[in-house]
Parts: sequence; C-alpha cells; structure tokens
Amino acid sequence: MSGDGQGARGPGRVIGRPRRRVDGRAKVTGQTLFADDLFLPRMLFCKLVRSPHPHARIVAVDTAAARAAPGVKLVLTGEDFPIPYGIMPVSQDEHALCRDRVRHVGDPVAAVVAATERQAAEAAGLIRVQYEPLTTIASPEEALATPEPRIHDYGEGGNVHRLAHFAFGDVDEALRGADRVFEDLFFYEGSTHIPLEQHAAVAALDPDGRLTLWSSTQTPHYVHRELARALDMPAHRIRVIATPNGGAFGGKSDPFNHEIVVAKAALLTGRPVKIGLTREEVFYCHRGRHPVLMRLKTGVKPDGTIVAMDLETLLDGGAYGSYGAASALYTGALQTVTYHVPRYRFRACRTFTNKPPCGPKRGHGTPQPRFAQEVQLDKIAVALGKDPADLRLQQIAPAHSLTANFLKLGSIGLRECIERVVDGSAWRARRGKLPFGRGLGLACSSYLCGAGLPIYWNDMPHSGVQLKLDRSGAVTAFSGATEIGQGSDDVLAAIVAEVLGIEASDVKLVTGDTDLTPVDLGSYSSRVTLMAGNAAIQAAERAKVMLAQAAAEKLGVSPERLAFADRRVFDVENPDAGMGFADAVILAETKLGTIGTTGSYRPPASAARYRGAGVGPSAAYSYTAAVVEADVDPASGWVTVAKVWIGHDIGRVLNPVLARGQVEGSVYMGLGEALMEEQTFRRLPPRLSSALVHKIPSLLEYKSPTSLEMPEVVTYFIEEPDANGPFGAKEVGQGPLLPIAPAVANAVYDAVGVRVDEVPITPEAVLRGLEERGEGHAARVGPRAFPAVRWPDALCVAPPWEGGDGTAVGQKPGRAGRGGGGGAVATTGSRT
Amino acid sequence: MRPAHNRLTVNGELREVLFDATKTLLEVLREDLRLTGTKHGCELGECGTCAVLMEGRPVLSCLVLGVECDGADVTTVEGLAEGPALHPLQEAFADRGAAQCGYCTPGILLTAKALLDRNPHPTRGEIAEALSGNLCRCTGYLQIFEAVEEAARTERTDPPTQGRTYRPADAQARPRAGDAR
Ligand code: FES
Ligand code: FES
Repeated sequence: MSGDGQGARGPGRVIGRPRRRVDGRAKVTGQTLFADDLFLPRMLFCKLVRSPHPHARIVAVDTAAARAAPGVKLVLTGEDFPIPYGIMPVSQDEHALCRDRVRHVGDPVAAVVAATERQAAEAAGLIRVQYEPLTTIASPEEALATPEPRIHDYGEGGNVHRLAHFAFGDVDEALRGADRVFEDLFFYEGSTHIPLEQHAAVAALDPDGRLTLWSSTQTPHYVHRELARALDMPAHRIRVIATPNGGAFGGKSDPFNHEIVVAKAALLTGRPVKIGLTREEVFYCHRGRHPVLMRLKTGVKPDGTIVAMDLETLLDGGAYGSYGAASALYTGALQTVTYHVPRYRFRACRTFTNKPPCGPKRGHGTPQPRFAQEVQLDKIAVALGKDPADLRLQQIAPAHSLTANFLKLGSIGLRECIERVVDGSAWRARRGKLPFGRGLGLACSSYLCGAGLPIYWNDMPHSGVQLKLDRSGAVTAFSGATEIGQGSDDVLAAIVAEVLGIEASDVKLVTGDTDLTPVDLGSYSSRVTLMAGNAAIQAAERAKVMLAQAAAEKLGVSPERLAFADRRVFDVENPDAGMGFADAVILAETKLGTIGTTGSYRPPASAARYRGAGVGPSAAYSYTAAVVEADVDPASGWVTVAKVWIGHDIGRVLNPVLARGQVEGSVYMGLGEALMEEQTFRRLPPRLSSALVHKIPSLLEYKSPTSLEMPEVVTYFIEEPDANGPFGAKEVGQGPLLPIAPAVANAVYDAVGVRVDEVPITPEAVLRGLEERGEGHAARVGPRAFPAVRWPDALCVAPPWEGGDGTAVGQKPGRAGRGGGGGAVATTGSRT
Repeated sequence: MRPAHNRLTVNGELREVLFDATKTLLEVLREDLRLTGTKHGCELGECGTCAVLMEGRPVLSCLVLGVECDGADVTTVEGLAEGPALHPLQEAFADRGAAQCGYCTPGILLTAKALLDRNPHPTRGEIAEALSGNLCRCTGYLQIFEAVEEAARTERTDPPTQGRTYRPADAQARPRAGDAR
C-alpha cells in the first residue's frame, strides 16, 4: 500500500483542503437536534427550586402545597439524593439537590415535575424552604480569614480547598544570582462560557426499562459514571447520549444536578422528563473561568533571559470542587512550556467561596498565568530597552526537550508564529512609534493537546473508534467523541476518509452515545483531534489492510502496491487496474466476513513522576503568537481593538475552514475576557445583609462582544507536524485564546503608557491609569496586595538538567505521579 | 391553561393551532407546531437566537405573544430551502464555517435574509450592523460576514427565479461511488 503520508506536510486528498463540514447541512437547515428539541410522548417537565441565600442551613422544606398543585406528578428534595458525586474523584462534594446546606445563590433544593413546564414553575413557587443563614464568604481573602464556618468539611482546612507547592530547583538561589528581578501582582477576573444553548436534558426509560439520558454535555462518559454513582444503579442499565452542544467552551463538562434530577424523576414516574435551564440558571451552573490573583517574580540575566520564575496563584473556586483540583494546578503547570525556565517554583491555593462553582473554561487555568507572564515580559523588555519580540525569540523552549517540571515537549513552531505576526503587523516599524492613543501589543502562549491523564485513574484507552464497512460501500464510524461545534465529527470523517481514499461525506458518524460508541473521555482539554483522531487512523488502517488483502488477490498484485484514492482501490504502478471502493469492500466481506475494526489511543507516559504531576503532561503542545492593535480614547478610556494578527502552530491543518473558525472564535472570546466579560457579584455590607448576588445574570448585562466589536483578524497557520498528532495535527480550539488578553494589555501600554495588570481592561481602569500618570505616579492599575497564605512545604523536584529523574526528593519509588489523573493531586483516584 | 386559537401562515402553509394563550410565538412554533429549528438563548429579547421573519421582517419570537400572530405570515429556518435546494445563505453558511455549533445559525440566517431582501449588496459594515443583535459565541462573526457576502454575490448572478443555481466552489469534485471504473 502506498503510504498515507502521516506526518508529511501539505494537503492530503481530504485533509488540509477547505471543505464544508460534514454536519454543515444539518446546522443550516435547523435539523441538528439539540437536547431541548426532543419531544417524547407523555413527556413531563421539571423545574428546580433554587436557593436565594449564598450560605445557609436548610431547616425545613415544605412541599405539601406543591404536591397538591395542578399537574404535579412528583416533588423531589435532598432527601431523595443521599449519594454525593462530582467530576473528580477527589472532590465528590455535590448532591443533586442540597440536603442540609446551600452554598451559593442558585444552589437547587427541590424539584417539581409536572405535566407542563408552566405547571412545574407554578408549583415550584409554592415550595417553602426555611433557611438559617450562615456567614457569607465572598472572596478568597475572606475565605482565608474565615476558617469557620467551613463551606465543605474536606480540603486543606478552613475554607481552603487545595494547596500546592512545587520547587523545581533552588529558585531563591537563582533569583539571588539574577541580574534583575521583576515582581508584579496581576488579577484575572472570572468569566463564564455563555454557550448560546442553555443546558437541557431529557431522561426516559427505554422499552426494556433501562434509563436513557439525552443531555447537552461535553463528557457523556463521565456523566454516565456519575449517574451510576449518584443513582446507585449499574452503569450498564444507563445510556447517556450527548446531543450536539449549542456551544459549550468547558461549561458542559461537569455532571450536573439537573441531569441527575431528571434521571431520577424518569425512574420514579416511568415517563420521559425534560428540563431546560433558563439563562439565569446557566449563570448559576457556571463552572467558568476562576478569578485568579497572581504574584509573579522573575529573575533575568542582563539580556532578559529568564533564570528563574516564582509564581503564586490564589483562586476563587466558588462553592464546589468541580474540576478545581486540576484548575489550581493548571494555573502553573504550563508556565514552563512556552519559554525555557531553568528553575521554577509554583504555589497555588484554591479557596471555597459562596458563589457558583468555577471550573474549566476554554484554556482551563492557563490564560491567567499567561496573562501575568506575557505582561511582565513586556515590562522586562521596556526596562531593558529590548524589543519584546526579540526578548521572546531568544528564549523559546527547545523542541523535543523536557521542561523543568518534566513535561515532554514535541514540535514547536513558535518562532515562525512570532515572525509571521511581527511581519504582518509591521511591528518593528510601528511599535512604540504610533501616535498617542494607538498601540501594538505582542504576546505568546502554548497549550496542551489533550490531558495526558484521565479524570479517574485507569490504564484504559482515552479514545476508541469503531468502523463498520458494508457491501454498499458505506463506512460508519462510531466514537464517543462529542460534537460541541468545534468540528469533532468532521475531523473523524476526514481522517477515516483520508486513510481509505474516500470522501469525508462518505463517512457516517455515530457519536457520543454510551450504548453504541466506544468510550471517548470527552470534548475537553483540546483532546479530541489528537486522541480520537489517532484512534480513527488505527481503525481505518486496519480496515484498509483487510480491503487491500482481498483486492490484491483479485488484481493479482501484492497488497503493498495498492493505493486508496478517489473512491477507488488500484495498482499504483498501473492505475487502470483497480476497482471501486464498494467493490473492494464486497471482496473483503466475501473473503473475510463482516468487516469491522477498532482503534484506540492512550497518550504516552509522562516523564514526571512526582505527586501532582498528573496535570500538564500532554502528547503534544500547540503554540501561538498574537499582535493586537488597539485604539485607546484618552478622554473616555475606551479601548477599541482595530486588528489582530495571530500565528498558530497547529502541527497540520486538517480542514482550513474549521481551523480558522477555531482561531477566530478564540480571538473573539479572548477579546471578551480582555475588555468586558466578568462574572462578578454584589455584596451588601455584611452587617446589613449576608446577600451575595450575581451582578449580571443576563445576556443584556453580561457584556460580550457583538458583531460590531469584532476586529479584523489575520490568521497564519504554522504547520510544524508533531509526531504524536494525527497526520501531525495539534490542537486549535483553545490555545489561540491565550495570548489575546495580554496582547491587548500590552497594546494599551504602547498606546497611552498605562499598565493595566488586570482584566477586564475597563475604560474606568484606563482612565484611572491616565489620571495617575497625569499626577506623576507610575501609571499602573491592578491589584496591590497578595494575602498571606500558609503554604505547605515544597515538593522538591530537581530539573532534568540538574540531575532530576522526575521524582520528588524523598519520594518512595512507585506510581506516585499517576494518582488522581487528569489533574488531581490525590493518590486515591480509582473508584470504579 | 387559557387556550387560544390562531390561524397563521408558517413557511407558506396555513396552520391552525390551539395553544396556551400565555405562550410566546417561540413556544408556539417549537412546542405546538414542533418547528424546533427556531432556537432560544434567553427568552428575554437579549440574544437574537430566536429571530424569525414576520411579514418578512425579523422579530424576536420570544418577545411576541402567540395571540398577536393571528393571520400573520411567519418564516422560520425550516422555510428557507426550496424543496431540497438550500437557500444561497444556507449554502454559504455551511461552506464558509459560519455555523460552528449551529445554535445561533437559524436566527442569523433569517436576520441576514431580511437584510439581503431589502439591501441585496450590503457592505461589511451594514452586515455587522444588521447582525449586531444576534449573539454568536463560537465563530467570532468573521466567517458569518463572509458567508453573507458570498450569498449576496450568488444572488446577484443567480436570480432566485432560476431555482437553485448556486454551487459551492469545489475544486475537489470527484466521481460518485458508482462511477468508479
Ligand atoms: S431567545 Fe429571544 S432574544 Fe434570546
Ligand atoms: S455557531 Fe455557535 S453560537 Fe454561533
């Protein structure tokens, strides 16, 4: 067989060419069925009763009036849900309905199931809950200062959920020896995903009495596990179907209380039960970007080369664990991947507060420290009189090397990314030379292509793909991967088509269905293209071998001489001798029986073996550089982004239309975070009230960029194939968001000389900076203090270049680094 | 439930519908007529996701009561294609990556159709202005603008009276499965 050029540059027959996505037609005709589009016979509707208090003890729940209300079939309370659950094995701290305590405004306490949605809503209004308010904990500072009452009775004591302290080499010594040490405080405000589709779920019993849940989820496999746990049912009696998500961005990665509630309700009523959340309720589900306060200290040589970095992060985790144990570590784990950092200390603290829980949002934990480092590098460049682009170019992390914290880097196209955006924006001619009020800013980043470890500890594949080929010539691919708009269906179809020499539109897909499809861990951490893609290649290659064997026999040539292209199988040396693809399937089915193959993928083992090393490893890393051009109106402080140049090292482009869409969507979301998006809360003076309410739980008030705010974006793809990627491909869905916010901040500085060390960069902040500048102070707006945190002793790991082997000093040999994968620091991961 | 009874034209067909009088047009379309192509993102008039055409003009169906629609002429995404032939906007949106998750797409398609119907050759600025009430969280809007522009070009050269003449530029046209030699 002719090689398929895996890892080669340039387009294939399908991959690399601009193409309508395979699910494009369904989306433009309104035929894509989202969860709320499902209507089943005899379906009931569910509404949740949510807490108006941020923190309170539940004294009594009176459901009598609701139960007697018209149309009501069922009322559930916390009593019905004794078993806790949670996405991470180390933080099983949620109940589908609160049992004794509410922990944030919007925490659900009861559910009503009725014949119509309106009846459910009206009856829900009749439920009387008696609360006894508890002290409200509104911020990480308050959490640190208020150990009692505890929001949860697990964690690191008081209201601290997670603490981590890693030292990769002697950072203090390196900082003492540095020519200059730069120390800055930064704050990155929380924001939420705003998928346009509000979460919805439908549960029903199938004709055989098994439970089926359709849900807008990115992680059907994890929902499947948590349903089995929370409902105390065998998993094989449950089927979870991920409906296409109307946007997700990380916000549909947790198992949610409303999913468990409707599942229980379907079991108890024997009828289908639907819930569709209101927009306000989606704000309470949250799991969005953690607000993070950061202290970053960097020591450099006279030419600006980093000798050591010392990072502290303080996370406002909200009311539950969610992915937080991983999020906390992600605020530091990838800091060594972009530039070479010889010594690195990282300390993270995640606190519980009485707000909707934070979790993974596009870039998961990484945009915050990227913002800090990229803005600080800009300051270092200014202080040393260097071009910020040169400062970065001189210290890009070396390809195919280990970082100080033992992450294994693969291909790195960052140099080309920087060069392209610098050229495109005429950076060297224009930066620092534009008229007052206009500026250019540069920033870079890197991101993972799939978390190297699963959420729960196991050694099984992370992705599986099955192929069925039949005599019609049809190819069906079965995969647990979940289409959330990012194009996972198209990636799978394109890869299978490329290998088998057919068209992407020839491949039918069955995805995200725990009954029908092999497990894929979910659409998170930018893992699907690489992991499901590699599994698809393996399955398709196996099918190709079967077809080639049968076709070669018929043609009387050796299988190695066969090519698969243009829906044909033919002799490369005599292309007229061949057959249609369907005929090759018929021959193979005749010779070998029913044709089905599987492929699976598990990322390579990490070199890091210390406790807590589960977060950060990946099979490959993508790289991005961006230049932002901004106008700042000195009178109003208004920042307008005029244009963005962005270079992304994608390894290999699979479908340029979709890849560009991921970059532009990331730029868009990054601009929202940089300039306006914030999930913030209103706190009344504690002596007057314990209230802590979301300031803006509506799409009108939660500002996000509209079509009028979107600037022109010039995208460059750098194709630096990575040996671990399918056809060399790396991720593109999250990485391009990361450099946007710091590039905007750096552009604002170039425009008006004001450092805004926090996002969002509001007009108010810019004006404050301009006033300070006018008064002769250093023009800086941003956090002024980092509260005292009682850090644990450091876990010390010598970097590779100081003789380290990936284990911590004093660590016993064993599997330490594996524990609680996907990010947890715990060692008691498995719970199956 | 206080029932209401309406007759309205939906996608060119006369429909009679009995519904809860408190329902919005959005709910009547989705729940009573089962035209689930129309989506919702807020049901408060804030996101544009639920846009449909009434008498050819975009309205937010979550802000219109069903009882207001007696005798109305409503177009939803299901009515955009002519038979199996997609509307040029649909073709362009599918080809140009203007639909990622596809959830904002029906509302944007109809808003764009209303724009092209009254202004067949809009500038980029006019497109952005017309769509400024339709949020999209996936695309960053640029591929949506390009798709509208492409549809506008298509309509200019291929009047709709000639039926579906638009074809995506497809450099890799290949023989169908049965064509293999
Ligand atoms: S659902 Fe009608 S505007 Fe949002
Ligand atoms: S395509 Fe997802 S919201 Fe627009």
